[in-house]
Amino acid sequence: MDQFLRVTGNLLEGFGMTLQIFAITLAFALPLGLIISFGSMSKFPPLRWLVKTFVWIIRGTPLMLQLIVIYYGPGLAAKWAQSLGSSFFLIDWIASWTLMERFTAVAVSFVINYACYFSEIYRGGIESISKGQYEAGQVLGMTKTQIFFKVVLLQVVKRIIPPMSNEIITLVKDTSLARTIAVYEVIWQAQAFIKRDGLLWPLFYTAVFYLVFSGILTLLFNYIEKKMSYFRS
Amino acid sequence: MAVLEVNNLKKSFDRTEVLKDISFSLEKGEVLSIIGSSGSGKTTLLRCLNFLERAEKGTIAVNGKEIFNGENLKKTPESVIRENRLHFGLVFQSFNLFPQYTVLQNITLAPTLLKRGTPEEIEEKAKSLIARVGLTEKTDFYPCQLSGGQQQRVAIARALALTPDVLCFDEPTSALDPELTGEVLKVIRDLKNGDCTMIVVTHEMEFAKSVSDKIMFMADGVIEEMGTPEEVFGNPKSEKTRAFLNSSLEQF
Ligand SMILES: Nc1ncnc2c1ncn2[C@@H]1O[C@H](COP(=O)(O)OP(=O)(O)OP(=O)(O)O)[C@@H](O)[C@H]1O
Ligand SMILES: [Mg+2]
Repeated sequence: MDQFLRVTGNLLEGFGMTLQIFAITLAFALPLGLIISFGSMSKFPPLRWLVKTFVWIIRGTPLMLQLIVIYYGPGLAAKWAQSLGSSFFLIDWIASWTLMERFTAVAVSFVINYACYFSEIYRGGIESISKGQYEAGQVLGMTKTQIFFKVVLLQVVKRIIPPMSNEIITLVKDTSLARTIAVYEVIWQAQAFIKRDGLLWPLFYTAVFYLVFSGILTLLFNYIEKKMSYFRS
Repeated sequence: MAVLEVNNLKKSFDRTEVLKDISFSLEKGEVLSIIGSSGSGKTTLLRCLNFLERAEKGTIAVNGKEIFNGENLKKTPESVIRENRLHFGLVFQSFNLFPQYTVLQNITLAPTLLKRGTPEEIEEKAKSLIARVGLTEKTDFYPCQLSGGQQQRVAIARALALTPDVLCFDEPTSALDPELTGEVLKVIRDLKNGDCTMIVVTHEMEFAKSVSDKIMFMADGVIEEMGTPEEVFGNPKSEKTRAFLNSSLEQF
Protein backbone atom coordinates (compact mmCIF):
# COMPACT_ATOMS: atom_id res chain seq x y z
CA MET A 1 0.00 0.00 0.00
CA ASP A 2 2.81 2.29 0.99
CA GLN A 3 4.55 1.52 -2.23
CA PHE A 4 1.40 2.17 -4.24
CA LEU A 5 1.01 5.61 -2.71
CA ARG A 6 4.66 6.42 -3.32
CA VAL A 7 4.41 5.37 -6.92
CA THR A 8 1.16 7.28 -7.41
CA GLY A 9 2.74 10.38 -5.92
CA ASN A 10 5.74 10.19 -8.22
CA LEU A 11 3.64 9.49 -11.25
CA LEU A 12 1.34 12.38 -10.42
CA GLU A 13 4.36 14.61 -10.28
CA GLY A 14 5.39 13.35 -13.69
CA PHE A 15 1.91 13.80 -14.99
CA GLY A 16 2.02 17.40 -13.80
CA MET A 17 4.89 17.89 -16.23
CA THR A 18 2.88 16.09 -18.92
CA LEU A 19 0.01 18.51 -18.34
CA GLN A 20 2.35 21.50 -18.50
CA ILE A 21 3.70 20.42 -21.86
CA PHE A 22 0.14 19.83 -23.03
CA ALA A 23 -1.16 23.21 -21.84
CA ILE A 24 1.74 25.27 -23.14
CA THR A 25 1.64 23.54 -26.51
CA LEU A 26 -2.06 24.27 -26.89
CA ALA A 27 -1.83 27.84 -25.65
CA PHE A 28 0.76 28.77 -28.27
CA ALA A 29 0.12 26.32 -31.10
CA LEU A 30 -3.59 27.15 -31.46
CA PRO A 31 -3.05 30.83 -32.38
CA LEU A 32 0.28 30.23 -34.14
CA GLY A 33 -1.41 27.60 -36.30
CA LEU A 34 -3.94 30.19 -37.45
CA ILE A 35 -1.16 32.55 -38.51
CA ILE A 36 0.60 29.72 -40.35
CA SER A 37 -2.63 28.75 -42.10
CA PHE A 38 -3.03 32.34 -43.33
CA GLY A 39 0.52 32.14 -44.64
CA SER A 40 -0.22 28.91 -46.48
CA MET A 41 -3.26 30.55 -48.09
CA SER A 42 -1.48 33.82 -48.90
CA LYS A 43 -2.04 35.40 -52.29
CA PHE A 44 1.69 36.19 -52.35
CA PRO A 45 3.26 33.07 -53.91
CA PRO A 46 6.77 33.26 -52.35
CA LEU A 47 5.29 33.47 -48.85
CA ARG A 48 2.83 30.68 -49.57
CA TRP A 49 5.59 28.52 -50.97
CA LEU A 50 7.86 29.18 -48.00
CA VAL A 51 5.17 28.41 -45.44
CA LYS A 52 4.04 25.28 -47.25
CA THR A 53 7.60 23.98 -47.43
CA PHE A 54 8.06 24.62 -43.74
CA VAL A 55 4.82 22.81 -42.90
CA TRP A 56 5.86 19.92 -45.14
CA ILE A 57 9.20 19.58 -43.34
CA ILE A 58 7.63 19.68 -39.91
CA ARG A 59 4.83 17.27 -40.76
CA GLY A 60 7.14 15.02 -42.73
CA THR A 61 9.69 14.36 -39.98
CA PRO A 62 9.27 12.74 -36.57
CA LEU A 63 8.60 15.01 -33.64
CA MET A 64 11.30 13.16 -31.74
CA LEU A 65 13.87 14.22 -34.32
CA GLN A 66 12.68 17.83 -34.17
CA LEU A 67 13.02 17.73 -30.42
CA ILE A 68 16.62 16.59 -30.67
CA VAL A 69 17.47 19.12 -33.36
CA ILE A 70 15.99 21.99 -31.38
CA TYR A 71 17.69 20.88 -28.18
CA TYR A 72 21.17 20.26 -29.54
CA GLY A 73 21.05 22.05 -32.88
CA PRO A 74 21.57 25.74 -32.07
CA GLY A 75 24.45 25.09 -29.73
CA LEU A 76 26.21 22.74 -32.12
CA ALA A 77 25.74 25.15 -34.99
CA ALA A 78 27.13 28.03 -32.96
CA LYS A 79 30.13 25.98 -31.81
CA TRP A 80 30.79 25.01 -35.37
CA ALA A 81 30.59 28.65 -36.44
CA GLN A 82 33.04 29.59 -33.69
CA SER A 83 35.41 26.86 -34.79
CA LEU A 84 35.42 28.44 -38.23
CA GLY A 85 36.70 31.54 -36.51
CA SER A 86 33.60 33.66 -36.64
CA SER A 87 32.96 35.61 -33.50
CA PHE A 88 29.75 37.49 -33.35
CA PHE A 89 28.00 38.23 -30.09
CA LEU A 90 24.89 36.35 -31.14
CA ILE A 91 26.87 33.23 -31.99
CA ASP A 92 28.84 33.41 -28.75
CA TRP A 93 25.63 33.81 -26.88
CA ILE A 94 23.99 30.81 -28.52
CA ALA A 95 27.11 28.72 -28.00
CA SER A 96 26.84 29.52 -24.31
CA TRP A 97 23.46 27.85 -24.05
CA THR A 98 24.41 24.51 -25.52
CA LEU A 99 22.20 23.06 -22.89
CA MET A 100 19.10 25.07 -23.47
CA GLU A 101 16.53 24.60 -20.77
CA ARG A 102 15.21 21.14 -21.53
CA PHE A 103 11.68 22.23 -20.94
CA THR A 104 12.06 25.20 -23.28
CA ALA A 105 13.29 22.91 -26.03
CA VAL A 106 10.31 20.65 -25.52
CA ALA A 107 7.90 23.58 -25.54
CA VAL A 108 9.41 25.12 -28.67
CA SER A 109 9.42 21.91 -30.67
CA PHE A 110 5.94 20.86 -29.58
CA VAL A 111 4.51 24.29 -30.32
CA ILE A 112 6.06 24.40 -33.80
CA ASN A 113 5.06 20.83 -34.59
CA TYR A 114 1.48 21.16 -33.45
CA ALA A 115 1.03 24.62 -34.94
CA CYS A 116 1.81 23.09 -38.32
CA TYR A 117 -0.68 20.28 -37.85
CA PHE A 118 -3.32 22.72 -36.60
CA SER A 119 -2.63 25.06 -39.52
CA GLU A 120 -3.54 22.32 -41.97
CA ILE A 121 -6.77 21.61 -40.11
CA TYR A 122 -7.60 25.33 -40.04
CA ARG A 123 -6.83 25.64 -43.74
CA GLY A 124 -9.09 22.71 -44.56
CA GLY A 125 -11.85 24.24 -42.45
CA ILE A 126 -11.50 27.71 -43.91
CA GLU A 127 -11.37 26.45 -47.48
CA SER A 128 -14.46 24.30 -46.92
CA ILE A 129 -16.64 27.36 -46.30
CA SER A 130 -18.56 28.11 -49.46
CA LYS A 131 -17.73 31.13 -51.57
CA GLY A 132 -21.36 32.17 -51.16
CA GLN A 133 -20.83 32.97 -47.49
CA TYR A 134 -18.04 35.42 -48.32
CA GLU A 135 -20.02 36.93 -51.18
CA ALA A 136 -23.12 37.33 -49.03
CA GLY A 137 -20.99 39.25 -46.54
CA GLN A 138 -19.40 41.31 -49.29
CA VAL A 139 -22.66 42.42 -50.89
CA LEU A 140 -23.84 43.44 -47.41
CA GLY A 141 -20.92 45.85 -47.26
CA MET A 142 -18.86 43.99 -44.66
CA THR A 143 -15.08 44.26 -44.58
CA LYS A 144 -12.90 41.17 -45.04
CA THR A 145 -12.12 41.16 -41.32
CA GLN A 146 -15.78 41.39 -40.39
CA ILE A 147 -16.64 38.56 -42.75
CA PHE A 148 -13.93 36.38 -41.27
CA PHE A 149 -14.78 37.00 -37.63
CA LYS A 150 -18.56 37.43 -37.82
CA VAL A 151 -19.51 35.00 -40.56
CA VAL A 152 -16.82 32.44 -41.28
CA LEU A 153 -15.04 31.75 -38.01
CA LEU A 154 -17.79 30.02 -36.05
CA GLN A 155 -18.63 27.82 -39.02
CA VAL A 156 -14.96 26.88 -39.31
CA VAL A 157 -14.79 26.12 -35.60
CA LYS A 158 -17.77 23.84 -35.88
CA ARG A 159 -16.25 21.97 -38.79
CA ILE A 160 -12.80 21.51 -37.32
CA ILE A 161 -13.82 20.27 -33.89
CA PRO A 162 -13.70 16.58 -34.87
CA PRO A 163 -10.21 16.70 -36.47
CA MET A 164 -8.94 19.04 -33.75
CA SER A 165 -10.10 16.72 -30.99
CA ASN A 166 -8.23 13.87 -32.67
CA GLU A 167 -5.09 15.93 -32.87
CA ILE A 168 -5.36 17.17 -29.30
CA ILE A 169 -5.78 13.64 -27.96
CA THR A 170 -2.72 12.64 -29.96
CA LEU A 171 -0.90 15.50 -28.25
CA VAL A 172 -1.71 14.00 -24.84
CA LYS A 173 0.18 10.88 -25.83
CA ASP A 174 2.95 12.67 -27.73
CA THR A 175 3.99 14.44 -24.55
CA SER A 176 5.77 11.21 -23.64
CA LEU A 177 8.38 12.04 -26.28
CA ALA A 178 9.70 14.72 -23.94
CA ARG A 179 11.62 12.04 -22.08
CA THR A 180 13.92 11.74 -25.12
CA ILE A 181 15.75 14.76 -23.75
CA ALA A 182 15.17 13.81 -20.12
CA VAL A 183 12.22 15.96 -19.26
CA TYR A 184 10.70 14.12 -16.33
CA GLU A 185 7.18 13.48 -17.48
CA VAL A 186 5.07 10.58 -16.34
CA ILE A 187 6.64 7.77 -18.43
CA TRP A 188 10.10 8.85 -17.39
CA GLN A 189 9.03 8.71 -13.76
CA ALA A 190 7.63 5.21 -14.27
CA GLN A 191 10.79 3.99 -15.96
CA ALA A 192 12.79 5.29 -13.03
CA PHE A 193 11.02 2.67 -10.91
CA ILE A 194 12.29 -0.08 -13.19
CA LYS A 195 15.88 1.02 -12.81
CA ARG A 196 15.67 1.89 -9.13
CA ASP A 197 13.36 -0.75 -7.66
CA GLY A 198 12.91 -3.31 -10.40
CA LEU A 199 9.19 -2.49 -10.56
CA LEU A 200 7.54 -2.83 -13.93
CA TRP A 201 3.91 -2.19 -12.99
CA PRO A 202 4.24 1.62 -12.52
CA LEU A 203 4.85 1.83 -16.25
CA PHE A 204 1.57 0.05 -16.96
CA TYR A 205 -0.09 2.17 -14.32
CA THR A 206 0.68 5.35 -16.32
CA ALA A 207 -1.95 4.22 -18.82
CA VAL A 208 -4.59 5.07 -16.22
CA PHE A 209 -3.43 8.69 -16.12
CA TYR A 210 -3.54 8.99 -19.90
CA LEU A 211 -6.91 7.31 -20.12
CA VAL A 212 -8.51 9.50 -17.47
CA PHE A 213 -7.19 12.65 -19.08
CA SER A 214 -8.13 11.75 -22.64
CA GLY A 215 -11.50 10.58 -21.33
CA ILE A 216 -12.11 14.01 -19.84
CA LEU A 217 -11.07 15.64 -23.12
CA THR A 218 -13.39 13.39 -25.09
CA LEU A 219 -16.29 14.38 -22.87
CA LEU A 220 -15.35 18.04 -23.27
CA PHE A 221 -15.28 17.78 -27.06
CA ASN A 222 -18.59 15.93 -27.12
CA TYR A 223 -20.03 18.75 -25.03
CA ILE A 224 -18.71 21.44 -27.39
CA GLU A 225 -19.98 19.52 -30.39
CA LYS A 226 -23.42 19.30 -28.83
CA LYS A 227 -23.31 23.01 -27.96
CA MET A 228 -22.76 23.82 -31.60
CA SER A 229 -25.36 21.48 -33.01
CA TYR A 230 -27.95 24.26 -33.07
CA PHE A 231 -26.87 25.17 -36.58
CA ARG A 232 -25.88 23.26 -39.67
CA SER A 233 -23.47 24.54 -42.24
CA MET B 1 -33.69 60.86 -63.79
CA ALA B 2 -32.63 57.25 -64.09
CA VAL B 3 -31.79 55.42 -60.88
CA LEU B 4 -29.36 53.22 -62.71
CA GLU B 5 -27.41 53.88 -65.83
CA VAL B 6 -25.02 51.30 -67.24
CA ASN B 7 -22.87 52.20 -70.21
CA ASN B 8 -20.67 50.02 -72.41
CA LEU B 9 -19.94 47.45 -69.73
CA LYS B 10 -17.41 44.82 -70.79
CA LYS B 11 -16.19 41.82 -68.89
CA SER B 12 -14.09 38.86 -69.94
CA PHE B 13 -12.77 35.81 -68.16
CA ASP B 14 -9.35 34.91 -69.48
CA ARG B 15 -9.96 35.53 -73.14
CA THR B 16 -13.67 34.85 -73.48
CA GLU B 17 -15.77 37.96 -73.56
CA VAL B 18 -18.77 37.28 -71.35
CA LEU B 19 -20.27 40.77 -71.41
CA LYS B 20 -19.79 42.70 -74.64
CA ASP B 21 -20.81 46.29 -74.43
CA ILE B 22 -23.85 46.26 -72.15
CA SER B 23 -25.80 49.53 -71.86
CA PHE B 24 -29.20 50.11 -70.30
CA SER B 25 -30.94 52.32 -67.79
CA LEU B 26 -33.64 51.89 -65.21
CA GLU B 27 -36.09 54.40 -63.73
CA LYS B 28 -36.99 54.51 -60.05
CA GLY B 29 -39.50 51.83 -59.07
CA GLU B 30 -39.08 49.91 -62.30
CA VAL B 31 -38.70 46.17 -62.42
CA LEU B 32 -36.37 44.75 -65.05
CA SER B 33 -36.39 41.04 -65.79
CA ILE B 34 -33.40 39.52 -67.51
CA ILE B 35 -33.99 36.37 -69.50
CA GLY B 36 -31.70 34.40 -71.75
CA SER B 37 -30.20 30.99 -72.21
CA SER B 38 -27.56 29.46 -69.98
CA GLY B 39 -24.14 31.06 -70.28
CA SER B 40 -25.42 34.27 -71.85
CA GLY B 41 -23.91 36.38 -69.04
CA LYS B 42 -26.91 37.19 -66.85
CA THR B 43 -25.26 36.25 -63.58
CA THR B 44 -22.05 37.97 -64.60
CA LEU B 45 -23.95 41.20 -65.23
CA LEU B 46 -25.51 41.13 -61.74
CA ARG B 47 -22.14 40.30 -60.21
CA CYS B 48 -20.54 43.25 -61.98
CA LEU B 49 -23.24 45.56 -60.62
CA ASN B 50 -22.54 44.26 -57.12
CA PHE B 51 -18.75 44.44 -57.64
CA LEU B 52 -18.30 40.73 -57.05
CA GLU B 53 -16.66 40.88 -60.46
CA ARG B 54 -14.89 43.92 -61.85
CA ALA B 55 -15.82 44.87 -65.39
CA GLU B 56 -12.82 46.05 -67.34
CA LYS B 57 -14.61 48.72 -69.31
CA GLY B 58 -17.69 50.86 -69.03
CA THR B 59 -19.43 52.91 -66.39
CA ILE B 60 -22.14 52.44 -63.80
CA ALA B 61 -24.00 55.46 -62.45
CA VAL B 62 -26.59 55.51 -59.68
CA ASN B 63 -28.86 58.51 -59.29
CA GLY B 64 -26.66 60.42 -61.72
CA LYS B 65 -23.46 59.77 -59.81
CA GLU B 66 -20.80 57.65 -61.43
CA ILE B 67 -19.85 54.90 -59.00
CA PHE B 68 -17.84 52.74 -61.34
CA ASN B 69 -15.57 53.44 -64.24
CA GLY B 70 -13.47 50.74 -65.86
CA GLU B 71 -10.82 53.37 -66.60
CA ASN B 72 -9.74 53.91 -63.00
CA LEU B 73 -10.34 50.39 -61.83
CA LYS B 74 -6.94 49.91 -60.23
CA LYS B 75 -7.01 53.17 -58.34
CA THR B 76 -10.27 52.58 -56.51
CA PRO B 77 -9.60 51.62 -52.91
CA GLU B 78 -11.46 48.69 -51.34
CA SER B 79 -13.33 50.98 -48.91
CA VAL B 80 -14.80 53.04 -51.76
CA ILE B 81 -15.94 49.88 -53.52
CA ARG B 82 -17.55 48.72 -50.29
CA GLU B 83 -19.34 52.02 -49.99
CA ASN B 84 -20.50 51.94 -53.61
CA ARG B 85 -21.75 48.40 -53.62
CA LEU B 86 -24.29 49.39 -50.97
CA HIS B 87 -26.28 51.03 -53.75
CA PHE B 88 -27.07 47.47 -54.80
CA GLY B 89 -28.45 44.47 -53.03
CA LEU B 90 -28.13 40.90 -54.26
CA VAL B 91 -30.30 37.90 -53.55
CA PHE B 92 -28.52 34.68 -54.48
CA GLN B 93 -29.91 31.58 -56.08
CA SER B 94 -28.65 29.55 -53.11
CA PHE B 95 -29.81 32.03 -50.40
CA ASN B 96 -26.43 32.09 -48.60
CA LEU B 97 -27.93 32.83 -45.21
CA PHE B 98 -25.50 32.77 -42.30
CA PRO B 99 -26.27 29.40 -40.69
CA GLN B 100 -25.15 30.26 -37.17
CA TYR B 101 -27.50 33.22 -36.84
CA THR B 102 -31.25 33.33 -36.34
CA VAL B 103 -33.54 34.95 -38.88
CA LEU B 104 -33.45 38.19 -36.90
CA GLN B 105 -29.66 38.12 -36.48
CA ASN B 106 -29.13 37.42 -40.18
CA ILE B 107 -30.97 40.64 -40.92
CA THR B 108 -29.47 42.82 -38.18
CA LEU B 109 -25.84 41.72 -38.63
CA ALA B 110 -24.83 44.00 -41.50
CA PRO B 111 -26.76 47.11 -40.36
CA THR B 112 -25.19 46.67 -36.92
CA LEU B 113 -21.67 46.36 -38.31
CA LEU B 114 -22.28 49.36 -40.59
CA LYS B 115 -23.71 51.33 -37.67
CA ARG B 116 -26.97 52.07 -39.45
CA GLY B 117 -28.73 53.28 -36.31
CA THR B 118 -29.12 52.25 -32.70
CA PRO B 119 -29.57 48.56 -31.87
CA GLU B 120 -33.24 49.23 -31.11
CA GLU B 121 -33.84 50.97 -34.43
CA ILE B 122 -32.06 48.22 -36.33
CA GLU B 123 -34.04 45.50 -34.59
CA GLU B 124 -37.32 47.29 -35.10
CA LYS B 125 -36.64 47.71 -38.78
CA ALA B 126 -35.58 44.07 -39.10
CA LYS B 127 -38.79 42.95 -37.45
CA SER B 128 -40.91 44.99 -39.80
CA LEU B 129 -39.03 43.47 -42.75
CA ILE B 130 -39.60 39.99 -41.33
CA ALA B 131 -43.30 40.80 -41.14
CA ARG B 132 -43.20 42.09 -44.70
CA VAL B 133 -41.92 38.74 -45.97
CA GLY B 134 -44.45 36.96 -43.76
CA LEU B 135 -42.11 35.22 -41.33
CA THR B 136 -42.88 36.84 -38.00
CA GLU B 137 -43.39 33.52 -36.25
CA LYS B 138 -39.95 32.35 -37.48
CA THR B 139 -38.04 35.36 -36.11
CA ASP B 140 -35.85 33.28 -33.77
CA PHE B 141 -35.46 30.22 -35.98
CA TYR B 142 -32.17 29.18 -37.52
CA PRO B 143 -31.86 28.79 -41.31
CA CYS B 144 -31.62 24.98 -41.02
CA GLN B 145 -35.09 25.01 -39.48
CA LEU B 146 -36.64 26.77 -42.48
CA SER B 147 -37.81 25.58 -45.87
CA GLY B 148 -36.00 26.83 -48.96
CA GLY B 149 -38.76 29.29 -49.74
CA GLN B 150 -38.64 30.69 -46.23
CA GLN B 151 -34.86 30.97 -46.37
CA GLN B 152 -35.07 32.88 -49.61
CA ARG B 153 -37.60 35.28 -48.08
CA VAL B 154 -35.20 35.89 -45.19
CA ALA B 155 -32.45 36.56 -47.73
CA ILE B 156 -34.69 39.16 -49.37
CA ALA B 157 -35.38 40.83 -46.03
CA ARG B 158 -31.67 40.78 -45.25
CA ALA B 159 -30.89 42.58 -48.51
CA LEU B 160 -33.66 45.11 -47.93
CA ALA B 161 -32.32 45.98 -44.47
CA LEU B 162 -29.60 48.08 -46.08
CA THR B 163 -32.14 49.92 -48.28
CA PRO B 164 -30.30 49.44 -51.57
CA ASP B 165 -31.25 51.65 -54.51
CA VAL B 166 -31.47 48.63 -56.77
CA LEU B 167 -32.18 45.12 -55.55
CA CYS B 168 -30.90 42.33 -57.78
CA PHE B 169 -32.13 38.74 -57.80
CA ASP B 170 -30.21 35.93 -59.48
CA GLU B 171 -32.73 33.20 -60.27
CA PRO B 172 -34.28 33.49 -56.80
CA THR B 173 -36.50 30.46 -57.27
CA SER B 174 -34.26 28.09 -59.23
CA ALA B 175 -33.07 26.21 -56.16
CA LEU B 176 -36.60 25.73 -54.85
CA ASP B 177 -39.12 22.95 -55.21
CA PRO B 178 -41.85 24.05 -57.61
CA GLU B 179 -44.44 24.32 -54.86
CA LEU B 180 -42.26 26.84 -52.98
CA THR B 181 -41.56 29.25 -55.84
CA GLY B 182 -44.94 30.95 -55.46
CA GLU B 183 -44.30 32.36 -51.98
CA VAL B 184 -41.00 33.92 -53.06
CA LEU B 185 -42.43 35.37 -56.27
CA LYS B 186 -45.28 36.83 -54.24
CA VAL B 187 -42.82 38.65 -51.99
CA ILE B 188 -41.04 40.09 -55.01
CA ARG B 189 -44.38 41.11 -56.49
CA ASP B 190 -45.27 42.89 -53.23
CA LEU B 191 -41.96 44.73 -53.29
CA LYS B 192 -42.82 46.15 -56.66
CA ASN B 193 -45.93 47.71 -55.19
CA GLY B 194 -43.65 49.15 -52.50
CA ASP B 195 -41.75 51.08 -55.15
CA CYS B 196 -38.58 49.04 -55.01
CA THR B 197 -36.32 49.18 -58.07
CA MET B 198 -35.40 45.64 -59.01
CA ILE B 199 -33.47 43.55 -61.51
CA VAL B 200 -34.56 39.94 -61.63
CA VAL B 201 -32.77 37.22 -63.55
CA THR B 202 -35.38 34.54 -64.01
CA HIS B 203 -36.55 31.56 -65.97
CA GLU B 204 -40.14 32.10 -64.80
CA MET B 205 -41.57 33.61 -67.97
CA GLU B 206 -45.09 34.06 -66.63
CA PHE B 207 -43.73 35.92 -63.64
CA ALA B 208 -41.46 38.07 -65.79
CA LYS B 209 -44.34 38.91 -68.05
CA SER B 210 -46.67 39.94 -65.26
CA VAL B 211 -44.36 41.77 -62.88
CA SER B 212 -41.84 43.52 -65.13
CA ASP B 213 -41.82 46.99 -66.61
CA LYS B 214 -38.97 45.98 -68.88
CA ILE B 215 -37.64 42.73 -70.22
CA MET B 216 -34.05 42.27 -71.28
CA PHE B 217 -33.17 39.27 -73.42
CA MET B 218 -29.48 38.44 -73.33
CA ALA B 219 -27.65 36.23 -75.78
CA ASP B 220 -23.89 35.64 -75.90
CA GLY B 221 -23.02 38.63 -73.76
CA VAL B 222 -25.08 41.23 -75.58
CA ILE B 223 -28.53 42.66 -75.03
CA GLU B 224 -30.26 41.06 -77.96
CA GLU B 225 -33.54 42.77 -77.27
CA MET B 226 -35.01 45.01 -74.60
CA GLY B 227 -38.49 46.43 -74.22
CA THR B 228 -41.81 46.17 -72.44
CA PRO B 229 -43.17 42.68 -71.76
CA GLU B 230 -45.70 43.22 -74.56
CA GLU B 231 -42.97 44.06 -77.02
CA VAL B 232 -40.57 41.28 -76.11
CA PHE B 233 -43.07 38.50 -75.44
CA GLY B 234 -45.83 39.60 -77.80
CA ASN B 235 -43.86 40.78 -80.74
CA PRO B 236 -40.18 39.83 -80.54
CA LYS B 237 -38.07 41.54 -83.17
CA SER B 238 -35.05 39.31 -82.99
CA GLU B 239 -34.90 35.82 -84.39
CA LYS B 240 -32.87 34.69 -81.35
CA THR B 241 -35.52 35.99 -78.97
CA ARG B 242 -38.23 34.16 -80.82
CA ALA B 243 -36.25 30.90 -80.78
CA PHE B 244 -35.56 31.27 -77.07
CA LEU B 245 -39.18 32.03 -76.19
CA ASN B 246 -40.40 29.10 -78.24
CA SER B 247 -38.01 26.68 -76.59
CA SER B 248 -38.89 27.90 -73.11
CA LEU B 249 -42.59 27.58 -73.94
CA GLU B 250 -42.06 23.98 -74.93
CA GLN B 251 -40.75 23.16 -71.49
CA PHE B 252 -44.17 23.73 -69.97
N1 LIG C 1 -15.42 33.00 -62.73
C1 LIG C 1 -15.48 32.64 -64.03
N2 LIG C 1 -14.38 32.25 -64.68
C2 LIG C 1 -14.43 31.90 -65.98
N3 LIG C 1 -15.54 31.90 -66.73
C3 LIG C 1 -16.69 32.27 -66.13
C4 LIG C 1 -16.72 32.66 -64.75
N4 LIG C 1 -17.99 32.98 -64.43
C5 LIG C 1 -18.71 32.80 -65.55
N5 LIG C 1 -17.94 32.39 -66.57
C6 LIG C 1 -18.39 32.12 -67.94
O1 LIG C 1 -19.11 33.23 -68.37
C7 LIG C 1 -20.22 32.85 -69.15
C8 LIG C 1 -21.47 33.49 -68.64
O2 LIG C 1 -21.76 32.97 -67.37
P1 LIG C 1 -23.00 33.43 -66.51
O3 LIG C 1 -22.92 32.69 -65.23
O4 LIG C 1 -23.02 34.91 -66.42
O5 LIG C 1 -24.21 32.93 -67.37
P2 LIG C 1 -25.76 32.94 -67.01
O6 LIG C 1 -26.43 33.70 -68.10
O7 LIG C 1 -25.98 33.40 -65.63
O8 LIG C 1 -26.14 31.41 -67.17
P3 LIG C 1 -27.17 30.53 -66.30
O9 LIG C 1 -28.52 30.75 -66.89
O10 LIG C 1 -26.69 29.13 -66.53
O11 LIG C 1 -27.05 30.94 -64.87
C9 LIG C 1 -20.26 31.33 -69.14
O12 LIG C 1 -19.73 30.88 -70.35
C10 LIG C 1 -19.37 30.96 -68.01
O13 LIG C 1 -18.71 29.76 -68.27
MG1 LIG D 1 -26.69 32.48 -63.82
